[in-house]
Amino acid sequence: MTEFFVIFVGAVLVNNFVLVQFLGLCPFMGVSNKLETAIGMAAATTFVLTLASICSYMVHAWILAPLGLTFLKTISFILVIAAVVQFAKMFIEKTSPLLYRVLGVFLPLITTNCAVLGVALQNTNKVHTFSESALYGFAAAVGFSLVLILFSAMRERLAAADVPTHFRGAAIGMITAGLMSLAFMGFAGLV
Amino acid sequence: MAFLRASSPHTHNPNTTHRVMREVLLATLPGVAVLTWFFGLGTLSNILIACLFGLGLEAAVLKMRGRPIAFYLKDLSALVTAVLLAIALPPASSWWLIGVGMIASIVVAKHLYGGLGYNPFNPAMVGYVVLLISYPQYMTLWLAPENLSVQGAIFDITTLFELVFGGLASTTMDGLTAATPLDVFKQTAGLTAQDIYAQKAIFSQGLFAGAGYEWVNIAFLLGGLYLLMRKVFTWHAPIAMLVTLALFATVFYDAGSSNSGGSPLLHLFSGATMLGAFFIVTDPVSSATSNRGRLIYGALIGALVYIIRVWGNYPDAVAFAVLLMNFAAPFIDYYTVPRTYGHKKAQRATHTGGQ
Repeated sequence: MTEFFVIFVGAVLVNNFVLVQFLGLCPFMGVSNKLETAIGMAAATTFVLTLASICSYMVHAWILAPLGLTFLKTISFILVIAAVVQFAKMFIEKTSPLLYRVLGVFLPLITTNCAVLGVALQNTNKVHTFSESALYGFAAAVGFSLVLILFSAMRERLAAADVPTHFRGAAIGMITAGLMSLAFMGFAGLV
Repeated sequence: MAFLRASSPHTHNPNTTHRVMREVLLATLPGVAVLTWFFGLGTLSNILIACLFGLGLEAAVLKMRGRPIAFYLKDLSALVTAVLLAIALPPASSWWLIGVGMIASIVVAKHLYGGLGYNPFNPAMVGYVVLLISYPQYMTLWLAPENLSVQGAIFDITTLFELVFGGLASTTMDGLTAATPLDVFKQTAGLTAQDIYAQKAIFSQGLFAGAGYEWVNIAFLLGGLYLLMRKVFTWHAPIAMLVTLALFATVFYDAGSSNSGGSPLLHLFSGATMLGAFFIVTDPVSSATSNRGRLIYGALIGALVYIIRVWGNYPDAVAFAVLLMNFAAPFIDYYTVPRTYGHKKAQRATHTGGQ
């Protein structure tokens, strides 16, 4: 039980994928202009990350490792992730056409979200078991969602601020993300 | 004849930014006096250098942005940021350390976001965290309180100059500095609370939370109560923070065993607790807006302070906790919009209707 707690807190706060490991920055900057879109993106990414983490574990442990093909893991993980994203895309298109339109190009772009590939690769590096991989994927997604949603609420406020012209938009967003990353360093040593 | 039509609100209030900032500066005085009493002239030199940097940087940035300089300097907000950062830094910090901190505070945290009233993060705490991450070896060199230090050294002008502008021999430096109570408590994990209090001078010379530090916190508490009385801020955020911190400390006190996180009194009256609760958490710009929001905001800061202090790497955590919750404040505001008089239910903040 303790080790699951350590994995969870570690992935959500201490080694947050966005603010500490700097993975998945493109959706973090791209979809954080409005809170409602960010919540939709967070849900979609959580779905994809957890599923992709499980699928890539199965591919690695049951296909690649027994056949001695682990050098193919990166390319096969990309394939698995692309398939999961396609599935998520069809799922969202059917269940919420509005969210599908709002997310637009960022939905297929979850494929290239480096956090998703990062989780799959870290699972093999840290020799996680099946349940640990699933939890790690989910925790990474929770950390990503937490930061994305808080950041989007802040950006709605920044949009109204009297920011100097050259720093408007993505520039001040990047500075804010940097300051946040400083604050997240306070969690160092928790687990 | 001109018919003057003023729009609402029609009440008149002398509460200008200048007046509020002056009250805050006034309220830091007891704390500054006690800090000087226990830790020497270093606090005053910190404040002087930080204020010079603060005014200079503020004027320079205002000029670059083409804003009226004198008008904005007169609101004293740059001075408040400077004084708060100067108090948070170790006494008699090097001039360049304070300078780097003030650049992070005034230029990055304040003016890049549009200046007074727009900064999403507390400027003084941004400066402090930037310094803590970048120069940990200087930021952890706290001078020892007067009765644990070399006789008379902290009131010596020459020593002060050598501390601020460099040139002090490192052996002299060792005699002047000591670990803070929270640091001592963290480093001596194997001892029971009773043993730590008996063996470590910083505790045995004090009453309940470390020699010197407890009086500094009491002085900031008094300053904070003055501000509360003058209605500069509401009670919600500071009280929520202190109550949560005390609650956590009581639950995990573990009767003072070697696993103890420290007594509630240690957590309330050591480190930057009172300074944080009444001067940092109450920042009207970077905190949550509604009263209910402030309760949540303050309580989460209290919880984070305890979590990082006891289980994290850093002995004190007020700056980190405040920045983390500054980040969450817009989200808290989003879901804690108070009910408008005459309306049934609060709408979420950005829901404007008319779709």
